[in-house]
Amino acid sequence: MSASPVFSSAASGRPFLFPAPAEGLLWQRLEALRKLPARVTPASHLEVRPAPEMVSSGIRELDALTGGFPRGCLTEICGPASSGRTSMLLSALAHTTHRGEVCALVDASDTLDPASAVAAGVEMGRLLWVRCGKAVRSSRFSVLSPSPEHSFGKLTTEKVRAERRGWESQLEQVLKVTDLLLQSHGFGMIALDLGDIPVRSARQIPLASWFRFRRAVEHTPTVLLVLEQQPIAGSCSSVLLKVTGHRSAVTGKRFSVLSSLAANHLTHTELLDQFEIGVELLRLRLERKPARSVMTSFHSRAAWAG
Amino acid sequence: MFACLHISDFPVEAIIRCEPELRGRAVAVLIGKSPLEKVMALNEKARQIGVEIGATKAQLEAWEELILRTRSEAQENSAHAALLDCAQSFSPEVEDTALGTVLLNLAGLEPLLGPLQKIAQDLAQRALRMDLEANVAVATNPDAALLAAHGFGGVTLIPEGHEAERFGELPVDVLLQCFSSGTDEARWLETFDRWGIRNLRALAGLPEIPLCERLGQQGLHLQKLARGAATRDLQLFESPLIFEEDIELEYPIMLLEPLAFLLNRMLEQVCARLGARARAAQELKLELELVKSAEDCDPDQSTTFTRTLRLPVPMLDAKVLLKLLQLDLQAHPPGAPILKIHLAAEPARPRSTQNGLFLPVFPEPEKLELTLARITGIVGEGRAGAAELLGTHREGAFQMQPFAPVVPEEKTSARRKKDIAVQVEDDGPNRIAESAQEKMTAVIALRLFRPRLRAVVNVQDGKPVKLKCLVRKEIAGEIVWTAGPWRSSGDWSEQEGWSREEWDIALQAESEMVLYRLVEDKLSRDWWVEGVYD
Repeated sequence: MSASPVFSSAASGRPFLFPAPAEGLLWQRLEALRKLPARVTPASHLEVRPAPEMVSSGIRELDALTGGFPRGCLTEICGPASSGRTSMLLSALAHTTHRGEVCALVDASDTLDPASAVAAGVEMGRLLWVRCGKAVRSSRFSVLSPSPEHSFGKLTTEKVRAERRGWESQLEQVLKVTDLLLQSHGFGMIALDLGDIPVRSARQIPLASWFRFRRAVEHTPTVLLVLEQQPIAGSCSSVLLKVTGHRSAVTGKRFSVLSSLAANHLTHTELLDQFEIGVELLRLRLERKPARSVMTSFHSRAAWAG
Repeated sequence: MFACLHISDFPVEAIIRCEPELRGRAVAVLIGKSPLEKVMALNEKARQIGVEIGATKAQLEAWEELILRTRSEAQENSAHAALLDCAQSFSPEVEDTALGTVLLNLAGLEPLLGPLQKIAQDLAQRALRMDLEANVAVATNPDAALLAAHGFGGVTLIPEGHEAERFGELPVDVLLQCFSSGTDEARWLETFDRWGIRNLRALAGLPEIPLCERLGQQGLHLQKLARGAATRDLQLFESPLIFEEDIELEYPIMLLEPLAFLLNRMLEQVCARLGARARAAQELKLELELVKSAEDCDPDQSTTFTRTLRLPVPMLDAKVLLKLLQLDLQAHPPGAPILKIHLAAEPARPRSTQNGLFLPVFPEPEKLELTLARITGIVGEGRAGAAELLGTHREGAFQMQPFAPVVPEEKTSARRKKDIAVQVEDDGPNRIAESAQEKMTAVIALRLFRPRLRAVVNVQDGKPVKLKCLVRKEIAGEIVWTAGPWRSSGDWSEQEGWSREEWDIALQAESEMVLYRLVEDKLSRDWWVEGVYD
């Protein structure tokens, strides 16, 4: 009986070699490989997922950056207050309603200004505005209704807790209403305005909800747009835009570095008209690649009466 | 040729229409005040077990299997209206002969609806779909059809010339029930009984002149009817487009679930009647008569709970209408047990939409209406819809309108070219480019705080310099930039006059500058942070 090649190689000082498989075993493996195509689709035959249809955002520079907003996908727009995100949202709604499509805005904090929407060009007859309300609990706890005007005074611990519960019930409303809108189909755009929801509360929306929304909007012509302070949908969003704040077109400097003295020299027109808004593309999970660099900026304009 | 639809034991059939589970059981309908109620109508099953017309309630206790119900005129009217709708869905010439009996002219319908036998069977089927078991008879003249429907059950077709032969075996009282009133019927019956006339063959065989001498022209007319030879024109019925259904309950119902069960049945009948008249429902009105509470001072005053559903488009789907009613009643419950239900539908022409390949995506009106009803149940009444700005200078004046988007029309290429040509002519090419360019930019938007936030403001030289909002701690600090004020006031002639000064201010936040709209109410001297520019 001959020794195995391993031991003979080791004994002779030659490099260690693994034993070659027997010829019968090799043929068995080749036969198994031939049967594989029936069960496993080869990579060359995999179905090519078509790129989603893109719709214009109503802002030329933004369309150049991302190609627009994708249908059947979740798009996030995040940014702090006074960054220009609401202007972007209204522009997208205006453009969608102009195309003859119906839009829905789920307003978590009831912050929409109809006059601003009309000035942006939104056809209000085609915009379904859902005004979510806070839970108001008189004496102890009561049914959902809009809260009265806040009075002057310090918030007690109980009020803070009630405030937090209020945000949670608002978010429940937002999730339920969004589910209903996605199931009804036929909307060109469904926008969720979570811009005033505290980040801590917004992050409590379970990721499963976002996944459910993404699955519901897939293969539909609906654009699902979410406005928020910070990204909260995780990997469920296909496009993530960060609105990075504004600067004056006159001085070209960002507001955060302006001295109070320099700021006082700006006129109202200079501050609000030709307002430059910066947008950074953080994520684009589509088949197509970004057209240009990941940042862009555009100018807004003020709507003047008369 | 003429057809007659006749419902035997009509008061009983009207009750069974609302309670289908009673079909196949012995049912008697009572009339009169307690404890003197008497049987005024009963079905065949009740006759078989020995119940008779005129029996008192006490006498009926012997039959345990007998179901007793009080006569309901509302249900009889609904049933008769359904019968008329059924007839009018076949022929435009209909005569409203009596309660539970209608006649229709079938002239010219054979090429459209098929042979007469088929038309008769379709009539019976259509009536059955409306929960009405009707006898259908077709004959060459209206009275012959009427007599055949009263005398024979099911579907009967009497060919021309065979009327006397077919009517021969019918008893005389069938003829008298059809064509004479109460007292005359008893008189004729007595006379024919004395003469030994038991059936219509015997009456038809009497000599005409002696009959006329003894009974006059009326007797002669009865003989003609017995032979099936009397002719007349139909007195055409012009029905108003009223689609109502009523149910009176034996016991009050307190839960929404059994109410939904009854509403489902009523809606199916209303929709069937609407469909038979090529109509759809534009508005639904629901009236519920409620049990009076013990605190009610006036016992004669009825307690009626009314809900009106105005639909954005005419609808004919009973399931969708039921769901809308359920959602509405969940949001606005009646608050007391229900004794009577009245449902009325306002008819309208059904909508006709032409689909196109290039139309933008649009929600289905029925689905959208259901979705809106569900959303209203979540966020509350008046908080979901389309905002409409009011024509006033008051800031933030708007009202919520029901959301009813109009389906956009598909423009043909020729029409599109025409529109562009007109636009170029009116506006000029520069204006178009400018407006197109304008449309590709954003307009600075304001986010409002609802409710607006009370603030404490330090003013220096007439300008706000420091702001503190205790509700939102982040809105506080030195004001680094201001613009304004913009003064406005209005509604002085009304009690709700207003006067305000608006300032646009900038506050330094953690890492960015935030722009707010600050408002001073000149009447109350309070300061409010109204919104943030974003």
